[in-house]
Amino acid sequence: MTWVADLGALALRFIDDLGRLGVFAGRIGRAVVVPPARIRAFVDEVYKLGVLSLVIIGVCGLAVGMVLGLQGYNTLARFGATTSLGAVVGLSLIRELGPVLTALLATGRAGSATTAEIGTMVATEQLDALRMMSVDPIDLVATPRALAMTAVMPLLSALFIVCGLFGGYLVGVGLMGVDAGSYMSSLESAVDFHDDVLGSLLKALIFGVLVGLVATYRGHTTVPTSAGVAAATTSTVVVASVSILVFDYFITALWGV
Amino acid sequence: MSRAPVRDLLVGLFVLAGLGAVAYLSFSVGGLSYGGPPRMPLYADFDEIGGLKPRAQVVISGVKVGQIGSIRLDQGYRARIQLDVDAALKLPIDTSASIMTAGLLGDRYVSLQVGGDNKLLQPGDQITMTESAVLLERVIGKLIYSGADRGKNQ
Repeated sequence: MTWVADLGALALRFIDDLGRLGVFAGRIGRAVVVPPARIRAFVDEVYKLGVLSLVIIGVCGLAVGMVLGLQGYNTLARFGATTSLGAVVGLSLIRELGPVLTALLATGRAGSATTAEIGTMVATEQLDALRMMSVDPIDLVATPRALAMTAVMPLLSALFIVCGLFGGYLVGVGLMGVDAGSYMSSLESAVDFHDDVLGSLLKALIFGVLVGLVATYRGHTTVPTSAGVAAATTSTVVVASVSILVFDYFITALWGV
Repeated sequence: MSRAPVRDLLVGLFVLAGLGAVAYLSFSVGGLSYGGPPRMPLYADFDEIGGLKPRAQVVISGVKVGQIGSIRLDQGYRARIQLDVDAALKLPIDTSASIMTAGLLGDRYVSLQVGGDNKLLQPGDQITMTESAVLLERVIGKLIYSGADRGKNQ
């Protein structure tokens, strides 16, 4: 019967963790609203999480768009509907691939780094030093990072989508000889601002909150050893990636974007 | 933390590029209109609109002049569609509207045939002469039955 008890303990630990995450989120939310606003720290984090992620986002977006263009072309060619290539590339990028892949890439590129950074601060007792000086580490360390991740994600996602559309154009029009005008017109007539673009930005924003929260929370709750930092970083990538995909399903099911 | 001009500039450029991408997706790809040329609403009733959808094109001689606003049923259970067309157009009152298909299986759109009357359509007016969508399956059905009838007669 021990495995039943183990299962119970696991469930309790999960709920306990979820509750702590909720409290943590509440404290970050309070730190966002209550002054002082730490604008310098926020800009620094936007640089680290956003600007430094640009290359990977651009390259991946282009590659995904090119693959979509190629796959879409080959499938559509069977039905003689290659003029709809723009709609296929555009809708799949805007509704799904843009926000989700951007969030996964940002988790790997920026979320893990954030956790490792905060985790190392925990292991070297820097956060304890802050508490000793009665500075709230959530206000000083976690909030700018979580906020920057939230702000950066929709922008990165939009850039990813634009790169992808260009990649699809490159392959479809340049390589496969689809008419440039019909690529753009099928793209523009298939994509709607309210249904698709707004939903895409909303998804990216929710993923940004999710990744920012998970990364800073895991950093704060790191076991203060080098193995602990490694475990926390791994856990950030796993938890954030899985919850991005799960949330993606529910956002799509509930709001149809 | 100290000020770092280059870094600040890069962050600024990043934010501008991101907002530019959002604006491109919203306005150019997503078709969000920001004022744009003024549009006037016209109404037309059809017996059958086939697969016509909101935001479909309205064309004159193949040139886009507007788009479909809303589609609903009127009291007589006919489809009432709202056409948002360029307000600068001077359309005679005997202009007619027909629902066409781009290619054999393509998207539906509305084509306007400009009439010759001196009186002009005003915003909110109704286009009375309309031609409904041709449903391919009905045409095929008719073809099959007429073929069967012909076979019986011979």
